[in-house]
Amino acid sequence: MDGVGRVPGTAGAGGGDASADAAFTALLEDSERELYENAPCGHLSTLMDGTVAKINQTLLGWLGLTRDQVVGRMRFSDLLTVGGRLYHETHFAPLLRMRGEISGIALELRTAHGDRLPCLVTSVIKYGGADEPLLIRTTVFDARERRAYEEELLRGRQAAERAQRDAEEAQRQAEEAQRQAEQDRSRLKEALAALQQSLLPSTLPEVPGMEAASYYHTASPDRLGGDFYDLFPLDGKRWAFFLGDVCGKGPQAAAMTSLTRYTLRAAALHDPDPAVALTTLNTVLNERYSGGDPRYCTAIFGVLEPGDDGRTVTVRLASGGHPPALVIGGGRADPVPTTGGLLVGVLPDAHFAEAATTLEPGQTLLLYTDGLTEARIGPGRERFGDDALRDFAAGLTAASAGHVVTALTGLLEGFGDGLDDDTALLALGVPGSGAATDEDTP
Amino acid sequence: MDVRDRNNVVVTGRPDGPVVLLAHGFGCDQNMWRLVVPALAAEHRVVLFDYVGSGRSDLSAWSEERYGSLDGYARDVLDVCEELDLRDVAFVGHSVSAMIGVLAAAAAPDRITSLVMVAPSPRYIDDDGYRGGFSAADIEELMASLESNYLGWSSAMAPVIMGNPDRPELAAELSDGFCATDPAIARVFARTTFLSDSRADLPDVKVPTLVLECSEDVIAPREVGAYVHAAVPGSTLVTLDATGHCPQLSAPEATAAAIAGFLRTRP
Repeated sequence: MDGVGRVPGTAGAGGGDASADAAFTALLEDSERELYENAPCGHLSTLMDGTVAKINQTLLGWLGLTRDQVVGRMRFSDLLTVGGRLYHETHFAPLLRMRGEISGIALELRTAHGDRLPCLVTSVIKYGGADEPLLIRTTVFDARERRAYEEELLRGRQAAERAQRDAEEAQRQAEEAQRQAEQDRSRLKEALAALQQSLLPSTLPEVPGMEAASYYHTASPDRLGGDFYDLFPLDGKRWAFFLGDVCGKGPQAAAMTSLTRYTLRAAALHDPDPAVALTTLNTVLNERYSGGDPRYCTAIFGVLEPGDDGRTVTVRLASGGHPPALVIGGGRADPVPTTGGLLVGVLPDAHFAEAATTLEPGQTLLLYTDGLTEARIGPGRERFGDDALRDFAAGLTAASAGHVVTALTGLLEGFGDGLDDDTALLALGVPGSGAATDEDTP
Repeated sequence: MDVRDRNNVVVTGRPDGPVVLLAHGFGCDQNMWRLVVPALAAEHRVVLFDYVGSGRSDLSAWSEERYGSLDGYARDVLDVCEELDLRDVAFVGHSVSAMIGVLAAAAAPDRITSLVMVAPSPRYIDDDGYRGGFSAADIEELMASLESNYLGWSSAMAPVIMGNPDRPELAAELSDGFCATDPAIARVFARTTFLSDSRADLPDVKVPTLVLECSEDVIAPREVGAYVHAAVPGSTLVTLDATGHCPQLSAPEATAAAIAGFLRTRP
């Protein structure tokens, strides 16, 4: 049969009407049958069980099969790939039965040459007079180009999904790592806190006839501080105390603090003379840190001994480069002069300054580390200083150990971020007679 | 969520009749039984449901862990039986549901007392000395078809429909697309269905069983039907003059008659 391609040209002068007629005649020759057989899509009609009753030439051409091979011999699903057949049975056929039509389903035909032909399939059931299904009409479109495009899209989507999965996995890992890090950090903090506790007495012992109070400010919660103090009995009568500051911070400083604390405790039990205790410490530190890592500390070591009068307490102390202790009470705050003592651990033979004082009732001996006096205050960020501390202490209306420490703690808190170093306070006071009198007098 | 909502349980038929539980297979949902329900409902209490992940079930209850094995689907069956306190149930399972029924009956012998296997296959992939009809590569092709056809499933619409069981206009919309499934869920169900091997479970079936096969079924060919019949002790085999894998759609009267006939023979 002739196709429209044979329509004569219409360009000739004066031949316009004749040419149009010829073209129309050619179109009329495109009969329904011709259209069915050579339509630009595949047509097939099947019985309700899928047996092919009718198929057009276009589809046969795509399949590479002859009419005799297909009609009455094959079912529609036989023309599909095996996977397509599974899909046909589980989705396509049930839907078609229920709805009477199904359109635009992507399937693949299997050709006689073994090739796959991606197509889009639309089917409609033709019903008889009593609404009983008679046959299925199916149209098949060549979807090679479209499927290639869709596969590109699908690949793109899958790649995006993979990327998202990867990203989610990476995020999950990052979160896990962060969680782990936080756990490690919290474990480390716990360990540091425990270690810090081992460097300081958890509570001060009760000294008969005296009141003791202490405070420790840690500049950074995740770093070990380098300040230390202790208070412990020597014998039935006398008590020893010390307070000091090792150079540096962190684990090395903590190790040194530990060594210092236990050395001083042991030395005091052996010989309670303050200068001897510091000398022993000096020897130990010298020996321990003799290499390329010289370390030292400042410290005041002292011994408390109740006076024979039962009211006063005699204090003998020795200092190695440490800020002097203050005796507070009665509107005064006087340093116990211990200047001239060397830093502990610097030289093999060190001299330490010795001093003695007597605490009257109502007086308190305060030992502190320079975190207190070195704190930066005011708009000029100036150091708080020794004089200001003395003035502050002298101005205290109540001078018991507890009051002194409470007042200084408040002072330290007021410094805010101006207090950037560890600070230790140890106050040892003889309770004032006034309080006792108040209690005894009705 | 209540099991009735989760599995979109529908109860119809004679309230005091013996219980028939109809379980759909891989592909669509309980609408697959639409043409046989009227015939069964006259004498029986008919219970229909959708497995989680299919039809109008609650997709939020779906997990790959549970529904990546047939045991998860059997758990759905048992959940429905327990929720409705069903006893002396005739379990009618289409396709893969026949094997799910075997698992459920073994787990709850007091509840499930007979099985009807419609177009069953215990193993779809060919194996040494066994012909299931498919290769692993064929199953991958099916996956590709699932990827290519959403059948009206829409990631935007699905949650709206599933979350509104009381809005019939949405349901009507969905009944048109009752094979529409989230492709990710369909993939898992397809793998679970077509890669499972239930052959070893068949000799342990202890309840009266009807094997209902089609004369022409590319998914469960007659030799597979014969295998199931031979493996399930004391089973009855009925071959329907029907083409395709869904006799409840292609030959509903004959299918309903065969099921009803078998149920009447039960003690």
